[in-house]
Amino acid sequence: MSNLFTHARRVAGRALLGATALAIAGSAVPANAQDTIKVGVLHSLSGTMAISETTLKDTVLFMVKEQNDAGGVLGKKLEAVVVDPASNWPLFAEKARELLEKEKVAVVFGCWTSVSRKSVLPVFKELNGILFYPVQYEGEESERNVFYTGAAPNQQAIPAVDYLMENEGVKRWVLAGTDYVYPRTTNKILEAYLKSKGVAAEDIMINYTPFGHSDWQTIVADIKKFGSAGKKTAVVSTINGDANVPFYKELGNQGIKATDIPVVAFSVGEEELAGIDTKPLVGHLAAWNYFQSVDVPENKAFIEKWRAFIKNDKRVTNDPMEATVIGFNMWVKAVEKAGTTDPDVVIPALIGVAVPNLTGGFSAMMPNHHITKPVLIGEIKDDGQFDVVSQTPGLIVAEEWSPHLEGSKDLISDWRSPMNCGNFNVKTGKCGGAGN
Amino acid sequence: MTTIARFRSFCCALAFLLSVASFCLPGADRAQAQDLSGPLGQIATDNYGNTEAALGELALSGSPAAAGIVSALADGNLVFSPSTRQVFIRNAAGALLDPVTLQPVADAPAVKPVRVNNRIRRAIEAANGALSLVSPDAAKRLDAAQAVGRSRDEAALPALETALAKETDPRVKTAMTLARASIVIAKEGITPAERIAAVELVGAEGNQDALAILRSVPDSAAPEVKQAAADAIAGIERNLAIWGAAQNVWYGVSLGSVLLLAAIGLAITFGVMGVINMAHGEMVMLGAYTTFVVQELIRTYNPALFDASLLIAIPVAFLFTGLIGVLIERTVIRFLYGRALETLLATWGISLIIQQAIRTAFGPTNREVGAPSWMSGTFDLGHLAITYGRLWIVIFAFLVFVALLGVLRLTRIGLEMRAVTQNRRMAASMGIRTNWVDAMTFGLGSGIAGIAGVALSQIDNVSPNLGQSYIIDSFLVVVFGGVGNLWGTLVGAMSLGIANKLLEPYAGAVLGKIALLVIVILFIQKRPRGLFALKGRAIES
Repeated sequence: MSNLFTHARRVAGRALLGATALAIAGSAVPANAQDTIKVGVLHSLSGTMAISETTLKDTVLFMVKEQNDAGGVLGKKLEAVVVDPASNWPLFAEKARELLEKEKVAVVFGCWTSVSRKSVLPVFKELNGILFYPVQYEGEESERNVFYTGAAPNQQAIPAVDYLMENEGVKRWVLAGTDYVYPRTTNKILEAYLKSKGVAAEDIMINYTPFGHSDWQTIVADIKKFGSAGKKTAVVSTINGDANVPFYKELGNQGIKATDIPVVAFSVGEEELAGIDTKPLVGHLAAWNYFQSVDVPENKAFIEKWRAFIKNDKRVTNDPMEATVIGFNMWVKAVEKAGTTDPDVVIPALIGVAVPNLTGGFSAMMPNHHITKPVLIGEIKDDGQFDVVSQTPGLIVAEEWSPHLEGSKDLISDWRSPMNCGNFNVKTGKCGGAGN
Repeated sequence: MTTIARFRSFCCALAFLLSVASFCLPGADRAQAQDLSGPLGQIATDNYGNTEAALGELALSGSPAAAGIVSALADGNLVFSPSTRQVFIRNAAGALLDPVTLQPVADAPAVKPVRVNNRIRRAIEAANGALSLVSPDAAKRLDAAQAVGRSRDEAALPALETALAKETDPRVKTAMTLARASIVIAKEGITPAERIAAVELVGAEGNQDALAILRSVPDSAAPEVKQAAADAIAGIERNLAIWGAAQNVWYGVSLGSVLLLAAIGLAITFGVMGVINMAHGEMVMLGAYTTFVVQELIRTYNPALFDASLLIAIPVAFLFTGLIGVLIERTVIRFLYGRALETLLATWGISLIIQQAIRTAFGPTNREVGAPSWMSGTFDLGHLAITYGRLWIVIFAFLVFVALLGVLRLTRIGLEMRAVTQNRRMAASMGIRTNWVDAMTFGLGSGIAGIAGVALSQIDNVSPNLGQSYIIDSFLVVVFGGVGNLWGTLVGAMSLGIANKLLEPYAGAVLGKIALLVIVILFIQKRPRGLFALKGRAIES
């Protein structure tokens, strides 16, 4: 179905590309192609994922401009190359190939859904590119060519569950998610984790809904029923983007308040809340590594500059934006350290690079190609922002292979020599153990 | 003792103390109780534990100002100066008052509200609940009794019993008796007879909450008590199962009405005209965005009209999307009559153009469409929980259906539409401008889709993707119901909605949807023309 409009989108993509090139040519000193370093942006600007990914495209453009204003990298200006994969997974691979082969970009920032990441992976391996992936995901992956700046499950889901257990005394759990790989894997990990904490099987209810589910009456009524068994109940929501608005509306309709059954969400941030009246949602929670409301000078400065760049003084910021910013700064730092943009030099140089994050600390790239992060739990306020109610005392190192899952608990990844392996099985002592 | 248990018992103690303190403390003690500097210094230290502890101290102080401070905290009007940690109450006019004397502060510093999370919110609720058990306002006492009943805190029992003894209002008295029974049922050291009485009282409620309370009968209770509780639980469960089925049917009707709204415009363009209009979903989306724009204008120019915003949006959306529909028909579709595949591709292209145009104009993110006050909230019908929003949408869907039926049956344009559909050439020979009728029919179908968008903006995302999620379901309804028949659309929408909701509890949302699609496919195999097949030569050809 989506192939029908591939062509139209490609045309739109070119137009955008031209606009970007113009914008950059306007600001840069006269320079020929050799004097710029190309940075690829692979985010959907049309189709269903445009709702989330457009902002990340703008974030990369913003970072490129900032870096050029500060003198560029290795004495060269950066040039952003924007393509539109149009929320179409095979097109992601096609566009990735275009960026690496035709445009010869030094690095790509892109992808949102895991399926889009999986679809570009063979291209990045084959052409030896570098991809920065900025979204929280289910883990169970570590690749040489990919750097994951979003949260692994232990950097988001598990601290959130811990918070609910300790602070809200939750004994009964509803794991509600959209039916695809991220919620299914996360819920599998959470289920194993909860059981290891002594939660009985009958106190866990798992529920999946199709993408874009809009009629939540039955499920919310079920949650209400499940929650009336006399034990404190909470909902852990991995419900994806679009389905959240009707879900929260239905919660409000059926009078479920955060003080009765709190909902902690892993995919609801400032951008998603922008489309909802948040007054009935006050007190429901979200777990991220960044909130716009974090009150530190770095964040304030970032928001101010971002709003000036986007020319909208109400524009919100969110977690994947922070992850994009961290990834971008790490790449710049590694390139400067390496003195070249050659992936074979930059990839090893990236390990160990630490840059300031926007919550007042530093994030470092670890040998498993994931970064260290603080975990923040926020409660929704009536203005659509989050009030940070808990923050991990230190930084959390990503567990890309979850110790709670049968297939992955023996695996580790380390991209330094001599190991150079993304799925080393410590039991068999061989690289290439069972993954999925 | 876990943190939670400690917290719970703290809450109870707080609730109890607040209530007792507020009416038991003699005036003589108040003079020395006025010093609140300790807790007020603690309440704003950016640490929820401290805030909670300070709340406890406030309660112990027995100061008459305590209640005011607690309610200010609940309303977000308790503020503090970040530099000096001094605490104030902010009044409605925005002025800062001293929390104890309630006198305005001379030179007000910059302030932030004291932060509240779920934990503090619950503590406030418990405190307020117990405080209002002796409120002079009967409605407040009723709420308080229900709040105490829900919290089931044993420590609140003495306060509750004191209040119960004094209570005169029969409704409040019933609520308090019930609240007392909910607490007593799980209490240690109660005689079996008393516990059975409590079980019966709670069991008579017969709802979900009663089940939860009945399950809290301790294992140490006498066998006859446990038997009584088990009987009551079984009775309630039987009863609730019947209500549960009724509730599912209601959910089904509600889903059916949404499907009906989405599909009814398509029943005109596809059903009556035979145009496969892939841009139908986008007409729904445009209707929703029209609602958004109307609401924005009302918010800017005349906020008093907000409750009427949807009523105003209905004709605006109808005219706007109807006009777009006529435009599409005149510029594209009229050249493609009789060529189904081309029409499909062209309208698909139009749908993408409209989507991207809206994305460019309004941005890719969701837009907020507010609910007018008459569409918010729920009411109970027996044990059915019915939300006003859904109820209005059901009513609205039926009104639209009836109006459309009326237009087709009773008006001249309706007659012409039917004539053109049945036999275009004959109609043309009779002097009907078939071109014009085509445009009007397509406009009518699009306009109806726009109206559907107004209603759907209340329950779904207002985003450029809104239409896509409805297009498949709409075709499903029209084909299942029988192409060319409005009654078929009605019956099709309702049966799909109800079947979906009856399947969902057993099969889950994902499997339920798959099962439903399989059923419809099998049905179409058996009856290719749907539920209500039209007969006649026009259809055969």
